[in-house]
Amino acid sequence: MGRVRFATLWLGGCSGCHMSFLDLDEFLIDLAELVEVVYSPIVDFKDYPENVDVALVEGAVCNEENLEIIKKVRQNTKVLISFGDCAVTGNVSAIRNVIPMSVQSVLQRSYLDNGDLNAALPVAEGIVPRLLDKVVPVHDVVPVDIFLPGCPPSAPRIKDVLVQLLETGAVEGRPDLIKFG
Amino acid sequence: MAQKIVIDPVTRIEGHAKITVHLDENGQVAEARFHVVEFRGFEKFCEGRPLWEMAGLTARICGICPVSHLLCSAKTGDAILAVTIPPAAEKLRRMMNLGQIVQSHALSFFHLSGPDLFLGFDSDPQKRHVFGLIDADPDFARRGIRLRQFGQEIIEVLGGRKIHPSWAVPGGVREPLSEAGRQHIKDRLPEAKQSTLIAIDRFKKLYEKFHEEAMSFGEFPSLFFGLVGADGGWEHYGGQLRFVNSDGEIVADWLDPADYREFIGEVIQSDSYLKSPYYKPMGFPEGVYRVGPLARLNICSHMGTPMADQELKEFRYRFHGTVTSSFLYHYARLIEILCAIEKIEEMIDDPELRHGLLRAQAGINQLEGVGVSEAPRGTLIHHYEVDKDGIIRRMNMIIATGHNNLAMNKTMTQIAKHYIKDPTSVPEGVLNRLEGGIRAYDPCLSCSTHAIGQMPMIVQLLDRDGTLLDEVRRDS
Repeated sequence: MGRVRFATLWLGGCSGCHMSFLDLDEFLIDLAELVEVVYSPIVDFKDYPENVDVALVEGAVCNEENLEIIKKVRQNTKVLISFGDCAVTGNVSAIRNVIPMSVQSVLQRSYLDNGDLNAALPVAEGIVPRLLDKVVPVHDVVPVDIFLPGCPPSAPRIKDVLVQLLETGAVEGRPDLIKFG
Repeated sequence: MAQKIVIDPVTRIEGHAKITVHLDENGQVAEARFHVVEFRGFEKFCEGRPLWEMAGLTARICGICPVSHLLCSAKTGDAILAVTIPPAAEKLRRMMNLGQIVQSHALSFFHLSGPDLFLGFDSDPQKRHVFGLIDADPDFARRGIRLRQFGQEIIEVLGGRKIHPSWAVPGGVREPLSEAGRQHIKDRLPEAKQSTLIAIDRFKKLYEKFHEEAMSFGEFPSLFFGLVGADGGWEHYGGQLRFVNSDGEIVADWLDPADYREFIGEVIQSDSYLKSPYYKPMGFPEGVYRVGPLARLNICSHMGTPMADQELKEFRYRFHGTVTSSFLYHYARLIEILCAIEKIEEMIDDPELRHGLLRAQAGINQLEGVGVSEAPRGTLIHHYEVDKDGIIRRMNMIIATGHNNLAMNKTMTQIAKHYIKDPTSVPEGVLNRLEGGIRAYDPCLSCSTHAIGQMPMIVQLLDRDGTLLDEVRRDS
């Protein structure tokens, strides 16, 4: 059997989950033997490929680009892991949902009220993706196979899930894996 | 006919971005631009929440340098409480920031830019990543991974976890350095130092191969901005703000962070979620300045530790004083890692870190506060207005990567003009150099728009009217 085709994706989040993934430290060297990284912010492939075995998805769905890519990821991925609290619940990325007219007001504060020169909203069509009215967790848009909460999930928990998945093809739903914050 | 090239997503950077290259009517490069494409809106949604939440909440702006926001937010809280924090608390905060400089710079140098530097900008994109580096040079890659781990462990030893520790608070910190933690850090210091020295040595030998990059990756005069200590030395936590020009002359000194609005303006550009700060007295766009490792080395008189001071001398000798090429951010980053390790070494046995007072207690004494600290990638400013109960009424943040926005755009144009000879066929290695120009700044886009995530990158070719003619994504 060839190496497992592995991807990581970063939607609306702080990258802390990816940093926690890098906190696997020297296990990354072992992991490189077991998986082939076919898409990730830390490699140079620009398009999400077909036939991906496992994908870690960090972040909430915040803008039109997030929406587009998560659908493509679902279509081409066997096991999709909702990776970290933003992906699982929306978390900090979704705090803006409670503000009335959230898109208009967050943009207004940052670019109109807190800008000096040329105060305007960034709107370049095709370049700057439009924000969604409501930030949603990943499973709101596509089915998710495994939930790995945490802000971020610690490296030992990430390792635990990946090792189980690589060894047995499934992850046992243990209570200690369900830890938020 | 005029055209534009797009790189999307920009990879191996910490955030979501695109690059566009605009051509003039003769088909030659007119300019190139860097676009940040993510936004979460912290400045708005923090309003109405208590000051006490800000350290933990703003840390979630960025998973790469959460400690920067944690400390800057705590310092802003100190100002609102109107307290002087206990000396032990300041030392501990400094120690955590040094740990963060080590981990973040190691990530930038080894994991993100290492593949370009050690495998080559033109090397096979299929293997041009940290796993490729592990394959090609396992010992060196392992050193890089362990150096980052060392920095992360300092954060964990102090704050209880590596990412998003809830440790620094307005008034001080929550926990001292434990004895076990002291021992652990001390045991790992020699290896960390050795790895850094090896990396510095490797970079110096390698540098000869990168003359062209050094001359085109943002080689231009600009101001440099950041904190310096009371004696003018290298600083990352306290001190005052200074602007220096490319001739090494001090343009403004002893600036009080609370007055930042007087010397920093922010301009909005409609094609990016990243605002562009500029030095107000010189206006826009003349007031372009750079922050981060290169700037901190250019503005300070000395590093303050023996080996890093020696390296700074050599750095300045090699590049004739003030260093103006952004490619040399990489070199500056390594000197800062060395300095951070030496400073940790100097302070590790200080008994105050384990037994001192940790926290000044006070309520809301000021309705407004500004905090500043040096994040790994540059100066970070938090500014809060609160009501008498400490509820946030207004917030503004100016983030390290934002300061560099104008410089990053200039760098893109310089690289595009230098390397794109024939816009109808742009080699992959040239696209990667555009991305490499961005990577030199180690931008953290999550931070800079208080929003960002992955850094995908596209190069788009646009005509003079902005019509998309071609789009280049490197496919697997």
